[in-house]
Amino acid sequence: MSSARSVTPLDPGRSVVEQLRERMVAMEGRTARQPVATLPGLADLVTLEAGSTYAVDSASLALALAAGASRAGEWIGFAGCADFGAEAAAELGIELSRTVLVPDPGEHWLEVTAALVDVLRVVVLRPPASVDEKTAGLLDSRLRTRSSVLVVHGDWPRVEARVGVEASDWDGPASGTGHLRERRARVVVRRGARPPRREDLTWPGVHRVEPRVDRQVREIRRASG
Amino acid sequence: MRVMVVWCPDWSVVAALDEAGRSNRSPAAVLSANVVEVCNGPARSEGVRRGQRRRDAQSRCPELVLLPANPDRDARAFEPVLALVEDLRPGVAALRPGLLAVRAPGSWYGTETAAAATACQVLVEGGVWDVRVGIADDLFTAEQAARTADVQSWVVVPAGGSASFLRGLPVHVLQDDGARGRDLVGLLQRLGLRTLGDLADLPGDAVEHRLGSYGAEVRRRARGEDRALFAARTPPPELDADVSFEPPLDSVEAITFSVRTTAERFVDQLAHHQLVATGVRVEAESDGVVCSSRAWLHPRHFGARDLVDRVHWQLQGAGVGGSLRARKQSGTVRAPIDRVRFVPEVVEPAAAHGEALWGAASDDLVERGVARVQGMVGFDAVRRPVLQGGRSPAARQSLVPWGERAVDLRPVDRPWPGRVPGPAPVRVFATPPVAEVVDDAGREVCVTDRGVVTGEPRRFRVGSGSGGQGLPWQPVTAWAGPWPTDEGWWSGGSGPSARFQLVGADGRAWLLLRAPDGWSLEAGYD
Repeated sequence: MSSARSVTPLDPGRSVVEQLRERMVAMEGRTARQPVATLPGLADLVTLEAGSTYAVDSASLALALAAGASRAGEWIGFAGCADFGAEAAAELGIELSRTVLVPDPGEHWLEVTAALVDVLRVVVLRPPASVDEKTAGLLDSRLRTRSSVLVVHGDWPRVEARVGVEASDWDGPASGTGHLRERRARVVVRRGARPPRREDLTWPGVHRVEPRVDRQVREIRRASG
Repeated sequence: MRVMVVWCPDWSVVAALDEAGRSNRSPAAVLSANVVEVCNGPARSEGVRRGQRRRDAQSRCPELVLLPANPDRDARAFEPVLALVEDLRPGVAALRPGLLAVRAPGSWYGTETAAAATACQVLVEGGVWDVRVGIADDLFTAEQAARTADVQSWVVVPAGGSASFLRGLPVHVLQDDGARGRDLVGLLQRLGLRTLGDLADLPGDAVEHRLGSYGAEVRRRARGEDRALFAARTPPPELDADVSFEPPLDSVEAITFSVRTTAERFVDQLAHHQLVATGVRVEAESDGVVCSSRAWLHPRHFGARDLVDRVHWQLQGAGVGGSLRARKQSGTVRAPIDRVRFVPEVVEPAAAHGEALWGAASDDLVERGVARVQGMVGFDAVRRPVLQGGRSPAARQSLVPWGERAVDLRPVDRPWPGRVPGPAPVRVFATPPVAEVVDDAGREVCVTDRGVVTGEPRRFRVGSGSGGQGLPWQPVTAWAGPWPTDEGWWSGGSGPSARFQLVGADGRAWLLLRAPDGWSLEAGYD
């Protein structure tokens, strides 16, 4: 799908054979990783790469990771998410008409995920049971050949990055007055042995908290005691 | 040409009751836009009529089962009936769900009466309880004959007897012809024409002047001169392909090599009909008995090479007793194979699979992938989320089975007073778990009839305390509410209830509902 779409004319200044070889390597999906569209608010923190698996620990992060691809016109799917919030997804910019939902895949959840990965760009999975390294590896190779992304909400043996919420706070409600308005969460991304990256994001809409504003808020808080 | 019409009355109700798993003896009606569209015999005997409003129908028959209209479901349920009749006589035309026509199978069954009796018997044995058959010279007369027949019975109008049969019928039989039929019935009755015979006796040009082309057509039908033909559906062609081996082969390699031409023939044969197979069953016979049979699905469609591969995988898998068997032995099958068959299970038009000039259309690809998933987990396990109007988060969305049209959605653009403001929750529980919310003193927080909260929520937990398997208590750091609603009081709803937003100590927010019978967790802002 994407390989056909992303074909660019060859550069006349370089050797044709060399360029074609590069393209072959890219098609085999070993070295060249194509980026998959990610929400602008998340782009600094984590960029999805085709053929990789990501683990998240909250449903809103799973939605946010899938939203970028859906906004860019790709098909996405959710397997095992029986409590899918359609309105929240639509608020994030997910196009519901290009969303496939398998709320309860039952015992065939692995086969269902593999079949969804074949045709969808981003698949969000909440695994009902734990998986062993070998099964995850099988799914990994499927992901690479189809250049799709798997976002696992839960535990998974081998992932490109783990995205989690460390702390979160809601603006709006007091004791019985107001209502939920804005959520501010510190999101942490862990990639292998690299030091974790942290960033503050706000919901709804997933935006970065500008450090300047953050400082202002802190000053106001300090001033108010 | 003689025509046989098979009529299953009130098919929408029969199909809907069957889908809902209810007895077909209970009074039931299919409603569209709160107006009775179709009702069954028991409901009619209570005074329910087509076109009645829902509350009128319910006041006449309080135990009436109300069912939503769904034309797709009716057509789907009618397909097995078509197949049963097709077994008796090919060339079946489905006029609409519940009504089919076929050329009368006369001489093979002896008489036409015997043919009608056979059709009734086959359909009743197939589970269609209410079936009526009519046989006549033309389609209109045969349909009217079927409508005059009794349950599991038939009416045969002799050849040339259409006009005399139709003479005595009252004009309101035209009501089944849709809106223009109903208009015409009203007009004819006001003109004093009571039976179709009265209309047939009028001069043709006068009828055309006064009643237009439709009236003239009805007059022609009433005189038995209607020669309308029906387009019979062609039964699907035989597309299996098989190859026999003499002597039987016992090596996978040899079999794989020998099925190559058959696989090519199979694909060509499909291509000749402008079809491609996306699901194929491969059967291998040994000594006349099917020893290995498996359905294979392809994300795109099968080519000859793909089929040969599938045969190889299947026989290799079947031949190896256990995965620990020596590799050397994996090339031989358990018993010599003397026949391999390819049966197309899913065929689709080749046009839908053509590669577009700028690469394949990805939407088609997704459709086929989803069809594969539906094959694994069932038709309605794959859903499509749709937004609709409502007050609770669960009511504001609907998960429609993939490939079906969404029906009876509430409009989104209305204000829906009483809905909870703020961002939409990310997790919406289809079956809200029971929860507990207590105040400082450990008493359960309640809402009075006037909407006053009895205490400030301090702690909450999911699960009930009586069973002792609730999750641990969590302190409430902030809360908002209540948003009182009283929904469904007109149909015995749960009574006045109120929604609260609670923020737990871990920074997660939840939407809880306080109903008269306790707290429940409706949604999460995870």
